[in-house]
Parts: sequence; structure tokens; C-alpha cells
Amino acid sequence: MDRTQLLLGLAVALFSLGLLGVIVRRNVLVMLMCMELMLNGVILSLVTFAQQTATTVGAVLVFLIFVVATAEIALAIPIVLLLVREKRTLDLAAYSDLKG
Amino acid sequence: MIETLLQSLDTLLLLLFGVCALVAAALMIVLRQPMRVAMALISTMVFLGGIYGLLGVHFIAAFQVLIYVGAVMVFMVYVIMLLEVRESEGRRYSGLLLPGLAGFVLLVGAIGVSVWRSLPPHHDSAGGAAFGISKFSISFLNDYWLHFELTSVLLLAAVVAALAVIRVSRRADEARRRG
Repeated sequence: MDRTQLLLGLAVALFSLGLLGVIVRRNVLVMLMCMELMLNGVILSLVTFAQQTATTVGAVLVFLIFVVATAEIALAIPIVLLLVREKRTLDLAAYSDLKG
Repeated sequence: MIETLLQSLDTLLLLLFGVCALVAAALMIVLRQPMRVAMALISTMVFLGGIYGLLGVHFIAAFQVLIYVGAVMVFMVYVIMLLEVRESEGRRYSGLLLPGLAGFVLLVGAIGVSVWRSLPPHHDSAGGAAFGISKFSISFLNDYWLHFELTSVLLLAAVVAALAVIRVSRRADEARRRG
């Protein structure tokens, strides 16, 4: 088995585990962390492709993903804090009235 | 002789880090307390940083540890401690457990098989051309300067949005006090 295939398989597994966590878990903070896991899987695949093609495009994209992930967390955490102050729980089922 | 030994050691470490990252990621789904999930995610990120270091992209490994573990996850752990909301003893998983598991297996199977088939074997037998921070920075600030500027705009927008969220919460507090 090739090294690239191994790393891409790992990236796929990490992304899918993150997606599974977002679908399956009920805790809002755990769901946020699973989204981070999905981003990590994408970053691993980008690094692997950049390594394979020996270009810097992948590294630039990784840098952009770092910035986006930081901005996402900086925005998502205050929203979660607001929701928890309102509902006093982290359980996603309590927020079902946000459906509109 | 020594080169072959080092190469096999490299592959062995890569496998070890990969398996550890995968196990920690699987623990994230299983563990109940958010703090333990955060610790599992931090170990996944550190193992991935080790993989990037082994691949020769050291600056991405440093970014991974500095930005992800040092900033994002410390923020997350801080919020978990701040909230102090114990997860209730109720169900850990939502009602979508079986469809989620089926989707997981299908996704891993489909993409895994296509990765297995599509890539030509032994493409990176040269070990991959590692590129350093200087090549990356020159290319980043010459060819991709627009993206660099756009990230600064994005960060500014995130700061403004976070301030707006805080203002909303303040207004809600005042309304509650009056009402």
C-alpha cells in the first residue's frame, strides 16, 4: 500500500468520523469539536496532495483553512454561550424551537 | 543500509501516528464528558502534527500545534470549564445513530475504494519533495497576496460579528432586568 493512499485513507476516516459525530452526538460543544475533526481530515488530505505534487498551493489552502477555523470557533463559541445562558443545557434537543 | 533503516523507521512512525490519531478520533465519538472529548481531539491534532513533521512540512506542523492546539482548543477547554454544565445522565446519542452509522460506513467505503483504485502506486517513491517556509512565504505573498488580504478581511468580520453577538446578549440582559 502506497504512503499517499494510506494518508488519504486516514484523511477520509477522520472526516467521516467527524461527520458521524456531528450527526450522532447531542452535545453542542462536542458537535463543534467534531466539525474541527472534519477540518483536520481535509487539512491532512491537502497536505498529502501538496506533498505529492510538490506545489505550495496546498499549503496556502491549509493556511486559509486555519484562519477560517479560528474565525469559526471565535464566532460559534459566543453563540453557544448565549444559547446555554438561555436554555441552561448543552443538549441539542432543547434548541429545537430555533427551527423557525 | 542506514538509509533503508531510516526509511522504514519513518514509515513505522507514520503508521503509529496514524493509528493513534484514528483511535483518538474514534474515542471522540464514544466518550461522554465534553472535557474528555476535547482531550481526545487535542491528541488527534498533536498526532497529525507529528505526521506533518514526518512528511517534511514542518511549518504546517508548527501551525497545527500553535494555532489549533494552542489557540482553538485552549479556547474550547476554557469554555467547557466556564459553562460547568454537566451532561445529563440521559442518552448520549441522538435518534440518528443507525442512519449516521450507515452513512459513515457508506462514505468510508465509497471514498476509500475510489482512493484505492485511482492513485497510481509508488508515485511518491522519491519521498516527496519537502518545501520549506521560505518557498511557501515567497509564493504566498507574491502569487496569493489577494487571498492573504481577504483572510485579514475575514478575521475583521469575525471580530465585528463576535462583538455584535456580545451586544445582543447585553441587550437581552437589560431587557430581562427591566421586564
